[in-house]
Amino acid sequence: MFDALSDRLEKISSGLRSRGRLSDADLDAALGEVRQALLEADVELSVTSAFIAAVRERLQGEALSQSLSPGQQVIKAVHEQLVEVLGGEALKVTYASKPPTVILLAGLQGAGKTTTAAKLANWFKQQGRHPYLIAADLQRPAAVEQLRVLGRSIGVDVYSDSSNPVDVAKKGLKEATRIGRDVVIIDTAGRLSIDQELMNEVKKISKVTEPDYTFLVIDSVTGQDAVHTAKAFHDTLALSGIIVTKLDYDARGGAVLSARGVVGRPVVFAATGEKITDFDLFYPDRMASRILGMGDVLTLIEQAERNVDPDVAAAQASRMMSGEFTLDDFMTQLNQVRKMGSLGGLMKMMPGMSKEMRTAANNVDDGQLNKIEAIIQSMTVRERQNPVIIDGSRRTRIARGSGSSVTAVNQLLNQFTQMKKMMKQMGGGAMPQVPGMGKLSGAVARAQMARGAEVPAGLEALSAGMQAGQRANPPAGGRNNKKKKGGRVTPPKQR
Amino acid sequence: MTVAIIGVLVVVIVVILVRRRSRTGRAPQIAAPRAAMPKLLVTEVDNRPTLASLSTKLGASRGVFDRLRSLSGAPNREVLSVVEEILLRSDVGVALTSEILESLSDSHADESVLEHVRTALLQNLNRDRSVKTSSRAEHVPVWLFVGVNGVGKTTTIGKLAQQQRNAGRSVVLAAGDTFRAAAADQLAQWAERTGSDIVRASEGADPGSVVHDAIGRAFARKFDLVLADTAGRRANSSNLLDELAKVRRIADRSPGEVVETFLVLDATTGQNALTQAKEFLASAGVTGIVLTKLDGTARGGIVVAIERELGIPVKFIGVGEGVDDLLVFEPEAFVDSLLGA
Repeated sequence: MFDALSDRLEKISSGLRSRGRLSDADLDAALGEVRQALLEADVELSVTSAFIAAVRERLQGEALSQSLSPGQQVIKAVHEQLVEVLGGEALKVTYASKPPTVILLAGLQGAGKTTTAAKLANWFKQQGRHPYLIAADLQRPAAVEQLRVLGRSIGVDVYSDSSNPVDVAKKGLKEATRIGRDVVIIDTAGRLSIDQELMNEVKKISKVTEPDYTFLVIDSVTGQDAVHTAKAFHDTLALSGIIVTKLDYDARGGAVLSARGVVGRPVVFAATGEKITDFDLFYPDRMASRILGMGDVLTLIEQAERNVDPDVAAAQASRMMSGEFTLDDFMTQLNQVRKMGSLGGLMKMMPGMSKEMRTAANNVDDGQLNKIEAIIQSMTVRERQNPVIIDGSRRTRIARGSGSSVTAVNQLLNQFTQMKKMMKQMGGGAMPQVPGMGKLSGAVARAQMARGAEVPAGLEALSAGMQAGQRANPPAGGRNNKKKKGGRVTPPKQR
Repeated sequence: MTVAIIGVLVVVIVVILVRRRSRTGRAPQIAAPRAAMPKLLVTEVDNRPTLASLSTKLGASRGVFDRLRSLSGAPNREVLSVVEEILLRSDVGVALTSEILESLSDSHADESVLEHVRTALLQNLNRDRSVKTSSRAEHVPVWLFVGVNGVGKTTTIGKLAQQQRNAGRSVVLAAGDTFRAAAADQLAQWAERTGSDIVRASEGADPGSVVHDAIGRAFARKFDLVLADTAGRRANSSNLLDELAKVRRIADRSPGEVVETFLVLDATTGQNALTQAKEFLASAGVTGIVLTKLDGTARGGIVVAIERELGIPVKFIGVGEGVDDLLVFEPEAFVDSLLGA
């Protein structure tokens, strides 16, 4: 539903192109689009305005670079600014000289405090610390029980009794000191920022426990209200940082910027899933790309590293470039890609993908991949090594063997041939000399190097190549589409 | 297309890995030049402007608002920007906001700006909001509750159970959230508080079987209504949504009949709510929205866009933590609160 910022800027970039310096009119037009994009990403209105003003200052009078189009230059500035604001000076957790180090979690109901408390405890445990959890959420039914269950699963003790939250916190802290735990995490009840009574209560807890760190837990799907929440909590508790949760949702997460904008404290941790281990330090560059809908190369790289054997990959790369790519190789890679997650999810992480590619990827389900696998497995070894030999009768046999149709087999073979051709073209000799690849590897290298401020230049070239390939063979595409419609059992996903 | 997509991915991954391998040593970190950036982007978060506070906002006398009220024809830029701010800050969303602004600037009708915006919003809130409590003969009506994590599904069920008990109906709660630690305990406390029956299983059990058992129990003992909880799930995972679709199918199997599927939505949610609604509509056939946590500073304006685009009506709103703080949704009152009038 959202246009990525780059798509948006492309729409107006014909007007932006080929000038030595961004004119005021161009800047207005471009920043107007940036504003829209930020608002759609749920960045709060006043934060958006302030942010746009800062970007404007940054861009005004800046000479246009030779290598970037004006549109790209705007994106780059926006991205850099986002990283800067989100990152700022990072917060490094220093442990109290007189343990325990006390951490207080606060936030609205449903932001994920209790789960975060457990995840944080687990994170400290991995750092070699001995955490202790205090369940001071006596408000929500069974919240204490929830933390106990989570605590058991990670082997961290949980303190609670049924007196009142302030006493629980006090006694819990005493207990932690007694049994020699060096990190104490206090989970508090979710509360509305305007509920004075509850805000006073959390203030009291903060007073008696004197936390070294107070984190605001904020949900990435939060809308404009994020600033009110953040401000109210900051005024009451003097926050030392922000923890953002539910980053596995497909929200853009502009709330992070909103909260950061009014609190002025860094975002420290990010929760990225339901499992206890889905919790990590916060990476501003990833968040910036996400807010702008620009893909997430770093996560893609990490997933690739986790799931793909580099030796196999290297061997295959050389075969790819020399055009010796076989259906067996394709199968191996298909399986590697599948291990990394859904195609839709992976495509989302890739910058520079066109909308059609994304939509198409979203609509590929496991069934379709299984079908491809079945077709390939129904071929003989020789056929897989050298698909050219597959004639009419072989096609019929393969179709029957895999329980699909000859059309499907044809389609697969056609697309495979195209893909092979393209790979060879891209290879064409030494990889980095080809513009498309150079751009890609440049982006990857930069992203890896700086974990940072550079905008991934995108895979436009590659994507364009793929699409050109698609267009060059309309019959295959047409059949494909038709078949998708007819053969679908579940309704198509709408995103 | 499928093969092409896999192709792209494969190429990218291979390139990434090959690059990684051939790289020796870490490239030096290049410090980016820092432009001056204020530490705080916004120091003062103004209270959300209301049309009623327009007069102060426009820096003029009180009379301005009265004039605005009676102002007809095309309003000026300043008025438009205030209206935009009000709508955006209420999470109505960029698309609907620009549409309303456009119609406002084109309007030559004899109505005040306030009336115009109000009418424009209300036009989108025109669906049938009736709530079904009965099923076909020989069936047990089931209300299914779906939504993402932390929106207040379990609490909503507790409150609705109380209302139904007050209305004289007997209720069975199905603790279908077998994922979150202690979710069933939470629901059990509500069952006790409201005098409802509960069917629960251990953590990690199949939610479908819990719902199935609850319906069987309700049918055998002639209960009037089953309220089925489900685990909170993100709306962008097809596995989780498929699981939900399965729970719904089971709940809809005779003698059960799903008469309402409520999407529970947190009023603080921003534009992602639209995606959530779309996905849950496709997988669980949502028939109504329960908008929770409206007692805070959030206004939940995104439901206007949801009702407009997907035709899902809001049926209840949660305005507090008390058992009686779940109200029937009234469009006029809601729009008035959005506009702060």
